[in-house]
Parts: sequence; structure tokens; C-alpha cells
Amino acid sequence: MNGILRIAYKLLVNDRPKFSALLVGITFAVFLMVQMTSLFSGILARASATVVNVGARVWVMDPAVQTVANSIPLPDYVLDAVRSVDGVRYAVPMYSGGALVRLDDGTYQAVTVIGLDDTTLFGRPEVTRGSIEDIYAEHGFLVVDDAEYHKLGNPDIGAEFELNDNRGVIVGVAHVASSGLFGVPTLYTTFTRAIQYIPSMRYTISYVLVEPKSADAIPRIKQAVSRLGYVALTNDEFVAQISAFYKFQTGLGVNLFLMTVMSFVVGLSISGQTFYSFVLENLEKFGALKAIGAKGAVLVRMILFQAGFTALTGYGLGVGICTLMIAAARLRLPDYAATITWGNLLLAFCMVLVIAGISSYIAVRKVLRIEPFDIFRG
Amino acid sequence: MVAAAIEARGLVKYFGEGEARTMAVKDVSFDARFGEMLYVVGPSGSGKTTMLSLVSGILRPNQGGVRIHGTDIWSLSADALAEFRLAHIGFAFQDYHLFPRLTTAENVAVPLVLQKRGWDEALAEAERYLDIVGLKHRAQLPPVKLSGGEQQRVAIARAIVSQPDILIMDEPTASLDGDTGRNILAFVRGEILNDKRCIVIVTHDARISEFADRTLMMEDGALKEIRNGGHRQD
Repeated sequence: MNGILRIAYKLLVNDRPKFSALLVGITFAVFLMVQMTSLFSGILARASATVVNVGARVWVMDPAVQTVANSIPLPDYVLDAVRSVDGVRYAVPMYSGGALVRLDDGTYQAVTVIGLDDTTLFGRPEVTRGSIEDIYAEHGFLVVDDAEYHKLGNPDIGAEFELNDNRGVIVGVAHVASSGLFGVPTLYTTFTRAIQYIPSMRYTISYVLVEPKSADAIPRIKQAVSRLGYVALTNDEFVAQISAFYKFQTGLGVNLFLMTVMSFVVGLSISGQTFYSFVLENLEKFGALKAIGAKGAVLVRMILFQAGFTALTGYGLGVGICTLMIAAARLRLPDYAATITWGNLLLAFCMVLVIAGISSYIAVRKVLRIEPFDIFRG
Repeated sequence: MVAAAIEARGLVKYFGEGEARTMAVKDVSFDARFGEMLYVVGPSGSGKTTMLSLVSGILRPNQGGVRIHGTDIWSLSADALAEFRLAHIGFAFQDYHLFPRLTTAENVAVPLVLQKRGWDEALAEAERYLDIVGLKHRAQLPPVKLSGGEQQRVAIARAIVSQPDILIMDEPTASLDGDTGRNILAFVRGEILNDKRCIVIVTHDARISEFADRTLMMEDGALKEIRNGGHRQD
């Protein structure tokens, strides 16, 4: 390490009370920022779980649909019309809806039922126990083994339940990429059985899932669907639409944004104040350094190093503690919806840099203004 | 012909403007020679410290100039002047201004570090100078663990570790008892002063007057008299 930076380092870390206060401030701010944004990312990811798990390239839906959980049934002709659009390789119906199942012990449990196209089973999950073909068996349902699985009493193949007085039988256990947001188990069955078991409105198709012939065909498909009075979204667009709904049309996004801003302000206040008092305490010494012959750039480098070192150490600690907390929470709550993404980390990193920048800016101004003559004068 | 260590000519410094203007230094000229210990004395507010700041390159005069070792220091840019101070002038401040969070050796090494010397080399050199001031055994202690006299010695070691031509000492005995103050000055006179160095000391302390080669007497910002020897010699 460069000698002057080593001096800056020793001045900083040897002042244990202030260094600790700085670290606590930044670590706490980073922890809160990462925690809040990770929680939000987790919620957004869970909110789009069905879209991700089914994995259709294009989804056709009513224009008023905002999230995958709140589908508006489509008339059957839409399926036929979409199938006839130039550029569509195939299109299949999908059912998505909520229901109550009655378990062996007589209790009721809310579930999400996904009804897959009978012919193709397009969007089927990965079956880990049993066989996908068994979904065609009488009363056959696949159950998803996710964090909510236990709510159905950890059913194995052959387990039975009632759904609207209809008998249901677990014929397989499946695995999906992402669990849902609402904390209910997921059952897969055929489209026909789904609409037969679950009371539906006049129209029964929740979504039409489209496989285009090529990526170039997607704009044409969208235009054609639009002319029908419906909307076609790619997988990514649907995920983005769901995210936008939770971000901007519920209080969730605003509240988490405010919490993140408050974390930033808390971090800035604690570390800015502490760093300022640290510099004030050493101000005469910095003045003495100037008198001895330290250039302004050297002093600026020292302060930036101190602020940067504190920020990065606090950032590492904050991210580490947040990761541990999320891991610990998942041990107790397997469906704890928090996901640390590169975006979260980058956001927190940028905010920490801003905290370090503002703190050091105030300190640098103070140090550059001190006149060595003031040191002589006492 | 060897240039004077310090040539100060027509130094004027005032603070404020208009009616609020205060003259701090009025037309001061003097020379300081290598191998000389020069005292600057006078009552409080007489302009001693301001004058010292003008000649050491940390406060720009309103008029006049200063040559150190032949270099017109006030013609230098701010960065060049900082480098010049680092290479040619050592400072021992009245309040020492040692970093409490660094060890004694690290404090002494600071000017060498600023000169971009390697860390280990700077520390080794610092310990050599601590040995010269008799404090090598205190090298790893923080300054707050040292007595006032020891801290003053550390400040002197820091001031001379880069082997400057000029050593500026501001009230070096102000915080010390009489014996310690005399011992420090005797040490500076005997061990630090040499033919290639000039030492300028601002002091109120008449107890240490015997160590001066010449004394500049200041009053109301003006240089009233230059005497040979200490300021109690009449």
C-alpha cells in the first residue's frame, strides 16, 4: 500500500470508536437497502411465478389483465383466431384459477389450479415422482413440491382430496422453477378437468399460449391479436407488466422505495456526521501536514481513501449480514420471498458510493480550506 | 558566494480591508545565515508568528519577497511551494500537532512518506532520528503516552527527518517546564544545528535566550532591533 494511504488507513482504523460508528452506519444502511430491495425482487419474482414456470413465448390475454393471477376469461373463438394468425406455429389454451380443496382430515386449503392443454400439456412442470402421462388418469392431479407443499399434508402419489365435491387424486409430484407469491399450493391438471372441476364463468380460457414460428413473427402476431381486441405479450413483457403493477399500482413499491430511501438517509446521516467529526478532530493535523508540504491532492486522496475504505467494508458487511439473515429466515420460512440480485447489489453499491462521496466532499472542503497559518496561529 | 539561508525583504502583511484593515507585519527585512540560531521575540500580537509564516512559505505577503537558499519562494506555484517546504523547511509547532492515532515512529516518518519514500525505509529512518533525539525506546508508543518534553522531541525529529535547510520552531518551550525547555534548546543547539542548517525560533521565553546567535526584536508588526546573542543580553 502507498505510504500516505497507509497513514490514512491507520488514522482511520486506529480511531476505533469513530471507525466503528462509521461501519455501523454504513453496514446498517446497506443491510436495510439490500434487504428491502431483495424482498421486493423476491416478491416480483414470485408474482410472475406462473409466467416463468409455464414458459410460453407469447401470452394472449384480455387487455385489462394486470397480473397472471387475475386472468379474465377469453371466449373460445380467440383461440381459433390466434391459431389462424400467420406466424403462429401453435396456440393452446391454459386455465389458471384458485380453488378450495378439502383434505383427508376435513380441513380446507386454498390452491392454485393450472389447467394444461389436454393434447400437448404445453407448460407442464418437471415431474419428479410419477409420470406426466398419469395426468390423464381419472381425477389425476400433479402437485408441486414447493414451499407450500406441506399445506396439503405432504401428499404422495395416491393421496386423495376433494375439489368442489369432485374426487381428486395425486398422480405425480412436480418441481417448478419458482414458487408463487400468495402462499398456496399449486396443482396441475388438464384444461378439461380444470374447467370441469372448478366453477367457471361463461368463458373458460384464462390465457392462450402461443409458440411463434420465429421471433420475427411476434410483432405480426401482436398486431393481429390487437385487431381482435386482445393483447399479446412476450414472456418478458408479461413479467415486466406484472412487476410494473406491483411497483406502481400497489402501495408495495412506494413503501419499499421509501424504506430504501430512509435507509440511505440513515446511512448518510450517521456516516456523514461521523466522518465529518472524524475530519474535524484531525483538522489541525491535516493543517500541519499542509504546512509540512502535503499538497491538496494528497490530502484529498487520503480522505477519499478513508471514505472509500469505510464504504466498501461497510458494504461487504451489510451484504454479508443480509445474506446470512435471508439464509437464516429461509431455514425457518422456506417460502421467504427475498432474492438478492445483481441489480440490488449494484443499487446498494451506488448508494454507498454516494454516501461516501457526500461524506468525503464535506470533509475535503473542510480540509482544503484549513490554512497552515491557522496552525501556527493556534 | 554562499546564498543566505533566508533573505526577507520589505515584508508587509495586513488582514482585512478598508477600515477593518490590520497591519500584522510592517516592512520587515532581515537575513538568516546557515549555521545560525535566530530568535524572533516580542510581545503577543507583535507579528512574530505572522512573520514566521511569511518567511516559511505558508502565508503569502501583501508586499515584499522571501528567498530561501536563493529561491524566490513566493514566485512558486502552490504545489511547487509545498514541495519546496517539504524538501527545505522543517516545522516544529507549538502544540506539536502529532497524530495521536499513529505511533511515534510513524509520526516522525510522515515527511518521508510525503516525499514518497518507501514505508519500511521511512520507518527505519524515523527510528534513526528518534535515536538522535533519545526516544528510540518510545518508537512504538502513541504520542499521548509521552511527556510534553518527549513530544517536543518527537516534533523536532519529525521536523528534521527530511534533513531540511531551515528549521522553524514556534514557541518550542511554551508548554514545558523550565528545565525541560532548556534541555530541549540545548539539544537543538548542540545536536541539530550545523553549518548547513538555519534554525529560526519564535519565543516569548527569556529563560532560553542564551542559545540564540541573533535575536530579532519585533513590536507592533515592525522589526525594532536585531541583536547579537539572546534577547536578555544588553
